[in-house]
Amino acid sequence: MTTLYRRPNALIDRVTHYCAGCGHGIVHRILAELIDELEIRERTIGMAPVGCAVVAYNYLDVDMCEAPHGRTPAVATGIKRARPDAVVFSYQGDGDLAAIGTAEIIHAANRGENITVIFINNAVYAMTGGQMAPTTPDAARSTTTPAGRNPENEGHPLKVAELLSNFDRVAYSERVAIGGPGEIRQVKRALKKGLRTQIEGKGFSIVEVLSPCPVHWRMRPEDAFAHCAGPMSEVFPPGVYKDWEK
Amino acid sequence: MPKTLMTGNEAMAGGAVRAGCRYYYGYPITPQNEVPEYMSRRMPEVGGVFIQSESELAAINMVLGTSAAGKRAMTSSSSPGISLKQEGISYIAGCRLPAVIANVQRGGPGLGDIQAAQGDYFQATKGGGHGDYHLIVLAPSSVQEMADLTTEAFDLADRYRVPVMILADAQVGQMMEPLEWREYSPPDDLPGKDWALTGAKGRPKNLVRSFRMYAEELEEHNRTLQATYARITEQETRWEESGCEDADVVVVAYGSTARTARGLLARGVDGAKLGLLRPITLWPFPTGRIRELAEEGAAFLVAEMSAGQMVEDVRLAVEGRSPVEFYGRMGGIPVTIEEMAAHAGHLSRSNARRSRRAEGAETTGGGR
Repeated sequence: MTTLYRRPNALIDRVTHYCAGCGHGIVHRILAELIDELEIRERTIGMAPVGCAVVAYNYLDVDMCEAPHGRTPAVATGIKRARPDAVVFSYQGDGDLAAIGTAEIIHAANRGENITVIFINNAVYAMTGGQMAPTTPDAARSTTTPAGRNPENEGHPLKVAELLSNFDRVAYSERVAIGGPGEIRQVKRALKKGLRTQIEGKGFSIVEVLSPCPVHWRMRPEDAFAHCAGPMSEVFPPGVYKDWEK
Repeated sequence: MPKTLMTGNEAMAGGAVRAGCRYYYGYPITPQNEVPEYMSRRMPEVGGVFIQSESELAAINMVLGTSAAGKRAMTSSSSPGISLKQEGISYIAGCRLPAVIANVQRGGPGLGDIQAAQGDYFQATKGGGHGDYHLIVLAPSSVQEMADLTTEAFDLADRYRVPVMILADAQVGQMMEPLEWREYSPPDDLPGKDWALTGAKGRPKNLVRSFRMYAEELEEHNRTLQATYARITEQETRWEESGCEDADVVVVAYGSTARTARGLLARGVDGAKLGLLRPITLWPFPTGRIRELAEEGAAFLVAEMSAGQMVEDVRLAVEGRSPVEFYGRMGGIPVTIEEMAAHAGHLSRSNARRSRRAEGAETTGGGR
């Protein structure tokens, strides 16, 4: 009998703390599959952010480190410089990467640190209860934009994949969305490219993943997935913004 | 051994390289720029890494990452920059990582000025960032010590898995003195770094974190930290003293102020027997020795370039057993020998009176 589907070795057999319909579980699984496929489990060092994925290390069976909120790329820089042969990924949410850690991500990208950043954009501060994120779309409601995000007061959402593609030493920048199975296959393809970019020593790579948060979007999980692939993807168009192979 | 003439800041940087530190991350700020400048030249020569980081926050977190990866790393700054690093220092303490952080103090609060000051004593010795933790705080008082204590700081950090701070000031950082580069090799009994992140090859995965989901777990983690601090207090408290055994007045001073205090002892004060106690570790503080001297009847003059910070630790040690006076200057102004002499003389006279009264009470007490 052929095994068609099983838990990846790099994924710990454990119930996650994530809410039903959350995108983190999907990305964790894809990451674990890739760690197995690329045979890098014994040289991977991951960074868990402050936010919903704070205990990502409970699920991924690789060496992992914590970072203060937003400082994730700086800590990843310190690890990668000390262990250039390690495969270092920085797993970050939108508050972590695009608000409190804006300086760290821009300068790690500008230095061309040979790390892979996995940027989970769910357009909300989910861990703290649904406040506005730097990526909350215009007019979207959150607990701190009860009347909807007002660009006059809060500015427009930050477009990270586009922003980082402007730096010469960024090798790869792509945005993908968690939607149906087709989109999820794209997430895996992009993450694999991101890790391969690092393994081949090409420099800084970032994959922005539009990710559902049914609880704070106040949607049923299937609607949240459709929202990711639909309205969210209109605000944040998926696509390759920088590619060292092109 | 031949001597080299160099600044305290360069000696500090050289001391780090001698200790095998190959990773330096920093951000420019006066009066410590000689450190990153030296490191930017030296690190490529020794196969190390130098990054001028985008911020103090990034620098301390690069140190966190490199230390988590099992390598010796350092950052340096001056007062306002050290304030910015406090978040990272708290995480380093919480993650039980070794690290060396140098503060070449300048005047504060706020932007203050760039002259020598000692106003960051509280910040350095009482934690600085959030949560219950301590740094080992070393206070060099010469260019030689800038080199030697910095080298040793890496051993202390590795031995106890704690951040170590070199608390210097603009004076000891900027001045030039001859120093000897003594041979160094790391102690044989340093514990291995089996906790380091290297990739989980042939072992279960390692995890570097301060976070605990449950209160009981976090309390347990804190108990481990506190046990470490108790061990450090027992084993690493250091000071230098001269003439304290029979002194009426013991001057307590650290860093560059201790140099002035040495000048005061050489000058002398009429009718006063002076001693000098110079804490080398500000945390752990030489509480026990100060208490002994207080019990023997010594009064204390604490001199600092601050509004009075270390004096609180002296008072906690003395616990009312004998007089404790403070003299300090602020704003980046050094304390002078003459100013100290006036205070020491006054304290000596009043403490002498106190001893006479005590003697008088003993001799006449029975007849009253």
